[in-house]
Amino acid sequence: MATTNRPDAPDRETLLRMFEIQQKIKTADERFRSMLTSGQVQLIYYSPRGQECISAGYAVHLRPDDYVVTIYRGLHDHIAKGVPMRELWAEFLGRGTGTCKGKGGPMHVTHPASGLMVTTGIVGAGIPIANGFGLAAQLSGTDQVTVVNFGDGAANIGAFHEGLNMAAVWKLPVVFVCQNNLYGEHTPMAMSTGVEYISERAASYGMPGVTVNGNDPVAMWKVAGEAVARARSGEGPTLIEARTYRFWGHLMGDAMEYMPKEERKAAMAADPLPAFRAWLIENGHANESQLAEIEDRIKALVDDAVDFATNSPEPPMDELYTDVYEEIIK
Amino acid sequence: MTTTEPRIMPMGMAINEAMDVAMGLDEKVFLLGEDIAEPSGGVYKITKGLSTKYGTQRVRKTPISEAAIIGAAVGAAIAGYKPVAEIMIMDFIGVCLDQITNHAAKIRYMSGGQTTVPMVIRTSAGAGRGFGAQHSELLEAFAVHSPGMKVAIPSNPADAKGLLISSIFDADPVLFVEPMLMYWDPAYAGEVPAGDHRVPLGKANTVVEGKDVSIVSYGRQVHTCKQAAEALAAEGISAEVIDLRSIVPYDEAAVMASVTKTKRAVVVHEAVTRCGFGAELSSRIHEELFGTLAAPVQRVGGKNIPIPYASNLEKAFLPQVDDVVAAVKRTNK
Ligand SMILES: Cc1ncc(C[n+]2csc(CCOP(=O)(O)OP(=O)(O)O)c2C)c(N)n1
Ligand SMILES: [Mg+2]
Repeated sequence: MATTNRPDAPDRETLLRMFEIQQKIKTADERFRSMLTSGQVQLIYYSPRGQECISAGYAVHLRPDDYVVTIYRGLHDHIAKGVPMRELWAEFLGRGTGTCKGKGGPMHVTHPASGLMVTTGIVGAGIPIANGFGLAAQLSGTDQVTVVNFGDGAANIGAFHEGLNMAAVWKLPVVFVCQNNLYGEHTPMAMSTGVEYISERAASYGMPGVTVNGNDPVAMWKVAGEAVARARSGEGPTLIEARTYRFWGHLMGDAMEYMPKEERKAAMAADPLPAFRAWLIENGHANESQLAEIEDRIKALVDDAVDFATNSPEPPMDELYTDVYEEIIK
Repeated sequence: MTTTEPRIMPMGMAINEAMDVAMGLDEKVFLLGEDIAEPSGGVYKITKGLSTKYGTQRVRKTPISEAAIIGAAVGAAIAGYKPVAEIMIMDFIGVCLDQITNHAAKIRYMSGGQTTVPMVIRTSAGAGRGFGAQHSELLEAFAVHSPGMKVAIPSNPADAKGLLISSIFDADPVLFVEPMLMYWDPAYAGEVPAGDHRVPLGKANTVVEGKDVSIVSYGRQVHTCKQAAEALAAEGISAEVIDLRSIVPYDEAAVMASVTKTKRAVVVHEAVTRCGFGAELSSRIHEELFGTLAAPVQRVGGKNIPIPYASNLEKAFLPQVDDVVAAVKRTNK
């Protein structure tokens, strides 16, 4: 991020909220990875590290009653929408105290109280479902907005094309956030996608499409703000393509042999969060001790969540058949 | 004198070898699927090396587009190719179910036999990995319920190779289900014949001989059944374990002969019990051998729930050795 001040930047309070969200994501992610590496926990983990700026950039425009839909790589979206850290950790560790009683796991985190409505493990599947949230808001005349997150790879599945078209035709209050980290699993975007920018596709459905540097918090904030405002005022959906990078490959344990080493090194060297931190200080939005205080508070929050989750019991066995239907049907 | 080392390998390698052999034998065989080409060679490394050996025309990496993958395989198969399409994990079949049940399965019949669809859909499946409800299911029953589709599910590396080569050269579409936990686990490694080793579809394998009860299974659960047979032997019950290898077609003659001998049967699979293949098999045994049976056929399968994430619940979902032993005892009351 440039070191000069930005006339287009949000106010200090918003900037600090964005910093706080990003710092939470980074701290939680680092703890998951260290616990995985040390063997303290075993779970399938899709690190969102490198992409946290995107979630912070849209989340500060949302109200608690707005909806978010996300994917298996969703920790950043979960945290940004305000899913409580304790229950989030407990769900990741499969504990009975988790957001979903340990039944869903990291790929299916759900916390309606925070507006985190669906996390799916099926590529692209969240897109049509988000339309349903948008339709419900439209039908009931609320001005709730739905943000649905997905990857660049998801832009090649039928659900994306059907979903965007329907959203445009019905002018649904949905913001489509394509978190373009340049890879779908082990395949670089250029090998699977016929256009250079996913945002180009918006035109074919009749909605605005915009590509933004998803690692630039101010730019991301601005673009997301316009799309959320458009949705909220009934003008319809927007496709945002936020360009970014996944620092840790597809999932933990990925050998990343298909990612050029230099490319990854450069992306990590340009880590958006430390750059944002330095920018906040250089431009007088915060001083060192304020940011350090936020970081300490977040460290304590994550410590507490880890304690809570690791000391929580597994779900009781009598949960096996509950929640399949309203009543128990074996 | 030359001695040849036994070729012990994990199932993942045997499946790779099957595709290698088939591609070497017939230029019409080609592979398509997400991430299957080098450098990664598939997310589970099952197609490792094949794009280097046969080129990216024949080992084609696809966009994440399951309906387009299976649709392209259907078209190419009708046009004379022998596509082997990979659906990374079986749960994703939901995305392309139309292409499978309405097209791959029905086209031979709807065209009055003018067009046929000789293709394979390879897919990995199975719970026990903490992957949650959308990455763990065995869904073979839907294909069994789609006349026109064949279904094979190997339980060991040699069968995986032999059944896959047979499936690739079969005249009809085959859903080939690979138990994911068996891919690279050395505990499931086994000897695999070199070259063009084929195991026909529809030919069961009696993996344990016995006289008191027939336990019929397929896929990874065959191992659960073998362990159950050992436990039962210790209690003086002699169990026969039959590995079906393919369930459409399945070796009905072998099943009926065994149950005629033992008069008792337990059917076991990982898929949810309700309307699983075990329900069909149990019905068929009752229809054919009602008068011979000493007890009703018992079913053991996954619980009738979405697969839970928490490890204690996930374990409770899966059929365990004790469940098979208990089912056998229910036939002995
Ligand atoms: C329908 C479907 N097909 C395949 C997969 C396997 N898979 C999981 S993530 C993934 C890559 C998705 O890439 P992208 O949309 O760019 O998201 P990213 O993981 O990069 O965040 C694939 C192919 C899946 N989960 N669902
Ligand atoms: Mg991606």
